[in-house]
Order: sequence, then C-alpha cells, then structure tokens
Amino acid sequence: MIKKLTFLNPNKENLNLYLFLGSAFFVLGILDVILNSSFEVNITFFLPRILNFFTPLFFGFLGLHLIRIELSGIKALDSLNKNINSNWVNAVLTLLVIFILIKIIPGLLNWLFFDANFIGSTKEECTGSGACWIFINVWIKRLVYGLYPNSEIWRINLAFILLIGTVISAFFVRPKIKKYIIIFLLFAFPFIAISLISGGNFGLVWVETNAWGGLSLTFIISIFALLFCFPIGMFLALGRRSSLPVIRYSSIGFIEFWRGVPLITVLFMASVMFPMFLPSGTFIDKLIRVVIAITLFEAAYMAEVIRGGLQALPRGQYDAGKSLGMGYWRMHLLVILPQALKLVIPGVANTFLALVKDTPLILVVGLLELVGMIDMAKTNPKWLGLAAEGYVFAGLVFWIICYSMSRYSQSLEKKYKTDR
Amino acid sequence: MKIKNLNFGLGNFLSDSAKFKNYLPQLLTLFVIIFIIGFFAFNAQTNMENRGIVFGFGFLAQEASFDIQFSLIDYDGSHSYARAYLVGLLNTILVASIGIFFATILGVVVGISRLSPNYLIAKFAAVYIEIFRNIPLLLQIFFWYFAALRALPLPKEAISFFDISYLTVKGWYIPRFIWTNFSILFYSLIAAIVAIIFIYTYAKKQQEETGKRIPTLIISTILIILLPLLTFLLGGVSLSFEYPTLIKQSPTIFNFTGGVGIIPELMALALALSLYTATFIAECVRAGIMGVSKGQKEAAASIGLTPGQVLKLVIMPQALRIIIPPTTNQYLNLTKNSSLAAAIAYPDIVLVFAGTAMMQTGRAIEIVSITMLTYLSLSIVISMFMNWYNKKIAIKEK
Repeated sequence: MIKKLTFLNPNKENLNLYLFLGSAFFVLGILDVILNSSFEVNITFFLPRILNFFTPLFFGFLGLHLIRIELSGIKALDSLNKNINSNWVNAVLTLLVIFILIKIIPGLLNWLFFDANFIGSTKEECTGSGACWIFINVWIKRLVYGLYPNSEIWRINLAFILLIGTVISAFFVRPKIKKYIIIFLLFAFPFIAISLISGGNFGLVWVETNAWGGLSLTFIISIFALLFCFPIGMFLALGRRSSLPVIRYSSIGFIEFWRGVPLITVLFMASVMFPMFLPSGTFIDKLIRVVIAITLFEAAYMAEVIRGGLQALPRGQYDAGKSLGMGYWRMHLLVILPQALKLVIPGVANTFLALVKDTPLILVVGLLELVGMIDMAKTNPKWLGLAAEGYVFAGLVFWIICYSMSRYSQSLEKKYKTDR
Repeated sequence: MKIKNLNFGLGNFLSDSAKFKNYLPQLLTLFVIIFIIGFFAFNAQTNMENRGIVFGFGFLAQEASFDIQFSLIDYDGSHSYARAYLVGLLNTILVASIGIFFATILGVVVGISRLSPNYLIAKFAAVYIEIFRNIPLLLQIFFWYFAALRALPLPKEAISFFDISYLTVKGWYIPRFIWTNFSILFYSLIAAIVAIIFIYTYAKKQQEETGKRIPTLIISTILIILLPLLTFLLGGVSLSFEYPTLIKQSPTIFNFTGGVGIIPELMALALALSLYTATFIAECVRAGIMGVSKGQKEAAASIGLTPGQVLKLVIMPQALRIIIPPTTNQYLNLTKNSSLAAAIAYPDIVLVFAGTAMMQTGRAIEIVSITMLTYLSLSIVISMFMNWYNKKIAIKEK
C-alpha cells in the first residue's frame, strides 16, 4: 500500500526511472494533441468522448508531475521545473499554453506560407487553400502611393529617400554639423518635400491632394503632425502651469476640450463644420484641415505628457534657475525643459505611436491611406473576398512601424537616463 | 489736480514692470481668443445667411424618417431626431460598457500573467500585448468584421451551442428571457444586495473589535441566491425562454427568428475594443504590481500567506492605487474609441447622428457640437466616478 503511494511521489533515488516515465507521459500527451489536430487521428478512441477530450491534459499533467524532482542535480531539469513546472497550477497552465500553440501555429503557418500563393497577376491563380498574396503583389503600388500618377511616383520616392538619407547622415557627422542638419530637417525639409510632392512649380506637374494616398500619406500626415504637435504641446503645458490666470484657464480649457472628444468627431468638424467658419470664397485643402485637426488633437495629449515631466522636477530646480537671475524663458529653456523632456521620453513616444495608429481614421472623411486603400482594393469586383490578406498585410506594416518606434524610444530612455 | 493724479497712476502702472509683465500677455491672449471666436462666429453667421439656414435646435423635434438597424428602445422612422439621438447614445453606452467589462477582466488576467513565474505564460502574455497594441484599432475592427466574422457560416449551417444559441454570419442568436412579475425579483435582488452590504460592514466591525471573522462570502452567496429563488416559489415570478428558431424565408434564404440577435457589428466592435484596450490595462496592472515594494511581498510570504492570498490581500490593495488613474484614462479612451463604430456601420451616436441625421438636415454646426458635447459629458461622468473610487481606496492617514 505504502509502496503504491510512493510511486506517485517522485524522489531522487529513482531519478532516471521517474525522468523516463515522466518524459514518456509528457510526450504521449503532446503527441496526442498533434495527431488529433494535424492528422485527425485519435489514439485514445476507445475511451468515452468526454474522457477522450481530457486525455492529453491528463498524460501531460502526470508526466510533468513525475519529473518535478527538487534539486535533482541536473541543471536543465532544475531550471525547467523552476520556470514552467513549479507546482500543479503552473503545470496545467504550461500544458494549456503548449496545446494552444500546437492548435494555432501549424494552421497559421499553412495559411501564411505553405498553402499560400505568391506569384501571379489575377485572383484565379490563387489555387492554394491559404492566403492569396498575389492580391498584395498586384496592388502594392496603390497601397503605397495611393492614386498618385504612376509617372510621378519618383517624386514621393525622392522625398522619402532625401528624408532617410539626411536622418542617417545625422548619426555619422560631428555634433556641430548635426545641429544644422536637425534645423534643416525641422524647418526646411517639410516645405521642400511638400512642394516636391504636390508640384505645380519648377516644371513639376500639379498633383491634387485627392490623389495622395496609401502608406506614403500615412507617413506624410504622421510626420507633419509630429513636427507641429510637439512645440504646441510644450507651450500648452507651460501655459497650464503658468501663474497668469487667463493663460492658465485658456490652456486648461483647450487641453480638456480636445482630450474629451473622439478624433472621429474632430475629423468631422474639420471636414464639414470648419468650412462654415471661413469667410465665403476662401478654401483650405481638406488634407491641410485634417492635418491641422490631428495636430491640435495630439498636441493636447502631448501637453499633458510634458506637464507630467514638469511636475516631476523638484522645486529646487526652479529656485536654482531663478537664483541665477534667469528669466522665465531662459530658465525653462536651459534648466527645466531639458530635464523634463528627458523624463517624459516614454510618454512622448506613446503619444507619437497613438498618432501613427490614429491616421487610418482619416478614411471617414474620404482620405485613403493604407487601410483606406485596402478597403478600396478589397471591394474591387475582381478581387472580392480577400479582406483578410489585406488587413493582415496592413497590420504587419503598422506593427513593424510601431514596434520599432517603441523599441527605439526604450533605447533613447536608457541612453538619457541619469541618476537623480 | 485730478488729471495729474490719473496720469501719475497710469505712469506708475506702466513703470511697475512686474505688474505690466503680468497683464500684457494675459490681455493679448484674451484679445486673440476673442478675435478668433468672433471671426469664426461672424463667418458662420454670414455663411448660414447666404445658404438660408437659421441656427437652432428646432430640427430635433422633426420626424427623422430613417431606420436604425439596432436599437435598445422602440424606434422607427416616424420618431423624432431627438429619439434617434437617444438610440445612438444608448448604443454607444452599450458597446462602451461591454468593452470596459471585458477589457478589465482580460487586462487584469494578462497583466498578472505577464509577471507570472511561469516562463511560457509570461511570454504568451507579452506576445499578446506586443501584437495587439501596436496595430491600429480601426484595422483590428475591420479585421474582425470583414475578415473573421464574415467567415462564419450562413444561418442554414449555423454553429450551434447546445441547440439554444446559434452563431452565424448574420449575428449571434441567444435565447430571450421572458419574465413574469420581474419587478418582484428585481426588488428581492436589491434587498439581497442591501443585506450583503450591511453584513459586510457588520463583519468588518466585528473583526476590528473582537477579531472574530464572519464567513461573509458564504453568507452573501446564500443570500443572493436564496432571496431571488424564494420569489420564484412564493412571489409568482417565473421565467421562460424564447429560443431562436430557423425559418425558411424563401426557398433559398433561411433566417433565425425569436430570441435576441446580437448583430456582427456589435460583436466585432466589442471584440476589437476589448482586445485592444486590454493590452493597455494589462500594462497598467503590471506597472502597479511592480510598483509595490518587494519587501511587502516578502513580508506577506514570511507570515505564511499563500501566493494567491499575497496577491489578493497585500499586493492588489496597494497596487490598485497606482493602477486606477491610468486605467481611468484607458476607460475614457475606450469610450471615445467606440466612435470608430461608424466605420463598420454599427449605429452608434456618430453614425446615427453625425452621419445620417447630419446628411439629412445639413446642420453641421449644431450636430457636430451636440456630438462633441455628448462625448465630453460621457468623459466627465466616467472620470468623476473613477475619481470617487480612487479617493475611496486612497491611503487614509489615521
């Protein structure tokens, strides 16, 4: 009787036996799930259905229980037990995660790669049961450049190559020249890029903003909104902490208004309501109105982030600045803001990310960036029923942009971290 | 003499540079704000005069004459625009509440999982967070609506759950509850809740005074089940179900009638909102738990509490104070993000009011301002409630 009970109590003496038995049961459990999900073979078909369902869990659980031996002396086994098998709750959770992965991953990989079609030019060539990447292949030019005329696409390319080139060169030059490059990027480049893309002078053909679209529009809107929302947000943050009541309350009112309403209504306001507020006869391009709306919207969020940094600084910093005889602006520029902005790098990065993720919304007012173009492409009669491919592709693109941005902000945070 | 005095005063004022420095920027700001508002108002007035529109909210009482696909209250085309607004508002509140409910549960679970000692669970949670929060919400809504839910079967081959609930491409059909004497049950529930609150305060007092613990959880579970159950036996309350049934509308078209149909727009929206916001709530929860000092955990473990008890009795009460403020922001974001409903034609306030109603009446200024004011008030209500809750759980210095 006692011997029987100790069989289920793994100990160090019979280490190899337990290890063997445990691994065998564990593998059996995993095998059961794999066979079940990939080949529809059931090795425990003789059991009633309800038991059958739980057999892999039972086998796996028994296996993990048998190899849960403390201080076994085998390094790999110890770290395994510590990390995924410390008690029975953890064992069950581990098994569930493994089973879910087995159920999901093969199907996902099949759909994405093995059963998918990559090469071709029509929907009919998609013969596999997986994704039809031909759709993306054929539409890629529209997805990136929108309805921009094919013969003029080099202008968008040139603008972005110029941007990437200057940004990269800024990393490799001496700090003194770097300063000028940054000034060029902030104050000259946006206008050069816009005149290049919109054309109308220097012999370039005028391209209406209606034709702009796709991923390049996502970038154009994000970059412009980023450039302008940062300084506006900074002024609003300073205004909210000002001791002058009129400035303080108007900043508070401005910030809280924009933070309280959804972007979609702001976009509606910019596209439908704002023209009513202009003198009759004047016309501002819809894209410009939308960019202004997004900028003001994000500036309010930026202001709150920066205010957090300003509040986190100890009072001594302000007092020190004042005692050196500095005025308001000099103190803020030289003492307060450099420290405060360093503190809020994660928050600023989050606001930037939110901005990039908000850009697809412009499709409600008829501007088509990446998601909007996919929406258009999937309703093309020749390419019906391929929504999933389009959204997965767009999701991947956005994910790469956002994930690399958040990674970059984390590295910046580490770089500028100073002990206080 | 008088004039000289006045001059002296003005000169004094101008030379008093501190005062001057304070007033000048304020006056300038005020002037600029008034100028901008005045400029816009003047233009709006002339523009509306030119188009022959009179500013006013009288149109709200007019007949709306459009239908809304999904409504919590009685509505059809003969009702007024004000009623249509109410339908949209209720739909917004519905999807926001569903989203907040599921996002909170999922967010807390994922946030705790991410700190789990189990390597696989922690990684699984981390991967989920990194995937879902770095993809635009609109894209996720589109994915669920146009790709995932469209892949569901037609009503004829519906996925059935125990033959009472069906999932189809046209929505999810669940049984409808039909109550008789519902009000008696409702009052008994309220009575049970009041009794439970009373017992909790009594138990707390007893524990503080005598150290005795009253098993409140068991008592309250019994109460909340027993009291409503009694009404079934004595109060004449009864419940029956109306199951969805498949009917043939035409030789090829089948559909479900009866029961409650949850439209796919609502499902896609609620799913996307919960999955997206949960990642942010999970990060708030993680930050909150990590913000509790390690000594607290070790102290709790050293007096013999189980890991579950440590989390529930020691970590969470302290972590909540860090978690609540950022989570409030996430609730606000979720409510505002629910306006993306308009993109997949879920009839929320933006689609019904700022979309259809504006197109029909052409009153851009009135309708956009009402919509914005509505969202502003929703935001204020949520943040007031959360501030109240935050104050309640804040450290009370004795």
